[in-house]
Amino acid sequence: MARRARYGRLLWIQLRTSIATSLQYRFDFVVEGVMGVVFALLALVPLWVFRANVRSLEGWSFPEMVVLVGWFTLLKGVLDGAVQPALVEVVAKIREGTLDFVLLKPADAQFLISTSKFEVWKILDVMTGIGVCSYGFYSLGRAPRIEHVAVAALLLLSSCLVLYAMWILVVSAAFWVVRLDNLAYLFISIFDFARWPVTIFRGALRVVFTFVIPLALMTTYPSMALLGKLSPLTGVLAIGGSLVFAALARLVWVRAIGRYTSASS
Amino acid sequence: MNRLTHTLRAYPTLLRIGFSEMLAYRAEMLVWILSTTMPLVNLALWHTVAAQGGPIAGYGQSQLIGYFLSAFIVRQMTGSWVVYEMNQEIRAGKFSMRLLRPIHPLIAYSAENLAAIPLRAVLSLPVAITMLALVGGAGFARDPVLWLAVFLSVFGAWLINFIVMAILGACGFFLESSLSLMYVWQALFFGLSGYLFPLEFMRDKAPRIYEALHLMPFYFQTGFPIELILGQHDRASAFRGLAIEWAWIAGLMIVLLVMWRAAMRRWNAYGA
Repeated sequence: MARRARYGRLLWIQLRTSIATSLQYRFDFVVEGVMGVVFALLALVPLWVFRANVRSLEGWSFPEMVVLVGWFTLLKGVLDGAVQPALVEVVAKIREGTLDFVLLKPADAQFLISTSKFEVWKILDVMTGIGVCSYGFYSLGRAPRIEHVAVAALLLLSSCLVLYAMWILVVSAAFWVVRLDNLAYLFISIFDFARWPVTIFRGALRVVFTFVIPLALMTTYPSMALLGKLSPLTGVLAIGGSLVFAALARLVWVRAIGRYTSASS
Repeated sequence: MNRLTHTLRAYPTLLRIGFSEMLAYRAEMLVWILSTTMPLVNLALWHTVAAQGGPIAGYGQSQLIGYFLSAFIVRQMTGSWVVYEMNQEIRAGKFSMRLLRPIHPLIAYSAENLAAIPLRAVLSLPVAITMLALVGGAGFARDPVLWLAVFLSVFGAWLINFIVMAILGACGFFLESSLSLMYVWQALFFGLSGYLFPLEFMRDKAPRIYEALHLMPFYFQTGFPIELILGQHDRASAFRGLAIEWAWIAGLMIVLLVMWRAAMRRWNAYGA
């Protein structure tokens, strides 16, 4: 119990430093806000064009796809704000050898590096995402049911978990191949595929995006839950899958850190 | 020996240095190329739309494949990252070194960027072959004159990209965060250039905007070269497009040079 309280306090300290840092870049607040809205609108443009051509796409109507894009925007905000900055820093630390100082500290290394940096302004992206989702429901002409929101919130947790696990896997690779900044970049570009429902991909790609790089777990299933279209079985499997992913990531991380021999040796 | 011949003689060497640097980082280069997934993301969407609702503004499934794979290749051939490099060098104070060399920094940057193109071309060759196999020869321009136009338009697209990136980089002499300007430009580019979807899709829905977009520099960065590759222009309209494109290049070049002079006048190295 004391241990958990200690980690809670550590998290708060790390978060506070990040907030203090972000407050120094107030101009970024404006830029982030404006750009977040612009990019969200840009993502919607193709949908408007497609609405003129077909009524629905693989079972997704226009407003439903808007909800999905909103969910994508939200999750992208989480990725850019809470997951990516810290883990990009680790890669730099591995290269420079300063990871030693983290490993020496009397707390779990994975915890320390995962919470070392937050881009606080990305919260605006999350809010834009929620706004886009609301617009989708406004076009649907109804509000989401409370129990669907609850399930979606649960799946939001599990999709963040998957996202984080994927990142830990990418970063663990940095212990084997040192120059990896752009492998992280590659993951971000693959994540772009998550803005469309996984059902529009065929054959091998769909299998990859469901099981290997589980984009379906991150955006398709949660927004289906929000829309009340997700079958309970898929929901349970999605949550189970994310737990498996997280466990796998932890396992790989522990093995990877065991291999770490500082930069100069 | 005057400055021009001096530069011309040094240029091939600069290119060679740039090329060796690229080769040293070839694995990284491959990852960069693989991370250009945006055209494929959009291809997936439009391909499904066309499969269900029939051709969109004349684009059937195979034309869409041709369009987006060309978009991928054009993007590879015309990429420029000067703004990042300038931003970093200005802030780290390394830019002074550039100024001390007897070659104009912009020339040196251009050589570094151009040197990457052969490797990018080789690495995106599989994409071109796949495209040819999927779409068939009939889907592309036939006229050799038009292929010359393709070459000129792609080179022009690179120039526009390079000059704009250099302008944005030069903003770093005046502003603290020139990179945020770069994000604004990028958003405009994504939305208006035909990178996300063919501009033809807008012809019926927003004819006014459609017309205006064809005069903007964004269109010449992506949409125009692709349409030339796909053989959608005859000689007359290809020529007209090239004229507008190169007029933009000239105009942007003047902006860049004016900004550069102003910047050099206020330049003060850090850490002196």
